[in-house]
Amino acid sequence: MHSFGYRANALFTFSVTALAFICAIASLSDNFSDQNPSAEIQILNINRFKKQSYENDEVSLTLDITADLQSLFTWNTKQVFAFVAAEYETPKNSLNQVSLWDAIIPDKEHAKFRIQTSNKYRFIDQGHNLRGKEFNLTLHWHVMPKTGKMFADKIVMPGYSLPDAYK
Amino acid sequence: MGWIGETIDSIKSIQIRQLLTQAISLGMIVTSALIIWKALMCVTGSESPVVVVLSGSMEPGFKRGDILFLHMSKDPIRAGEIVVFNVDGRDIPIVHRVIKVHERENTGDVDVLTKGDNNYGDDRLLYAEGQQWLHRHHIMGRAVGFLPYVGWVTIIMTEKPIIKYILIGALGLLVITSKD
Repeated sequence: MHSFGYRANALFTFSVTALAFICAIASLSDNFSDQNPSAEIQILNINRFKKQSYENDEVSLTLDITADLQSLFTWNTKQVFAFVAAEYETPKNSLNQVSLWDAIIPDKEHAKFRIQTSNKYRFIDQGHNLRGKEFNLTLHWHVMPKTGKMFADKIVMPGYSLPDAYK
Repeated sequence: MGWIGETIDSIKSIQIRQLLTQAISLGMIVTSALIIWKALMCVTGSESPVVVVLSGSMEPGFKRGDILFLHMSKDPIRAGEIVVFNVDGRDIPIVHRVIKVHERENTGDVDVLTKGDNNYGDDRLLYAEGQQWLHRHHIMGRAVGFLPYVGWVTIIMTEKPIIKYILIGALGLLVITSKD
């Protein structure tokens, strides 16, 4: 009962259990933080709106994104992944979500920002349904902790629409 | 050097009954580990409830050596979720984020495009020949939580299998030579 082996084993088991317990508590503490992020998106310009050669519509736009995600950061946060997606409906598809832009926010200082950017990822429809289409722009965020449970949420901003004719 | 003599003595003095008892205890330990693993598979609804991150394509969020806890539910797949999927013909699962979703009106079938956070382009290069989208049956689970660094044990054992053999050999020796 007092050999080196037994002691090392007991120490190891105890430290692993204690570490697991601490990680669980750290993750639980995230549930108690008060979060109120805010955001606003404006479409500055529709740069291009055309039909690709094999029948899918494609749009290129410039967005002005303002957001304040500082309240999402807790001591257990490693980074926040934020992205803007366009969501719309077509006759064939009940839901389409196309991510237009994303960014990794490494800390609280970078979490309040305003940028103007054209879409990072191509906005391509499955079909040619985008003329005059109304869509929502949603800012999603995904909080990735240093350890434990990840959680995600979003702000939906409805009321954007595309022009009626190709450009 | 006396330790080696002791070990040889103890191996010589093993009785069959004691050996069988120890073999059964070992079998019970292995079986309960298996039961826990299968139960986890049932609870999370995923074929592999825990995966190890093998590449740096999701940095800085997930580094090589982290482990991810997965959960699969009937909820529809939405943009922004981190999913684990298998490409036909490859057996290593990939953990990336969903960036595009097109869900059919009537059937609920869904076309999904993924991309690693740290990669420049989307995953079409990783999919099978001619495949443009992932479908629901490719996806094994959503990542819901994670623990850093713990997966290094698995990575080391996979990449340097000699360590695996050494560990199992040492464990076997310990079981045989322990007095209880």
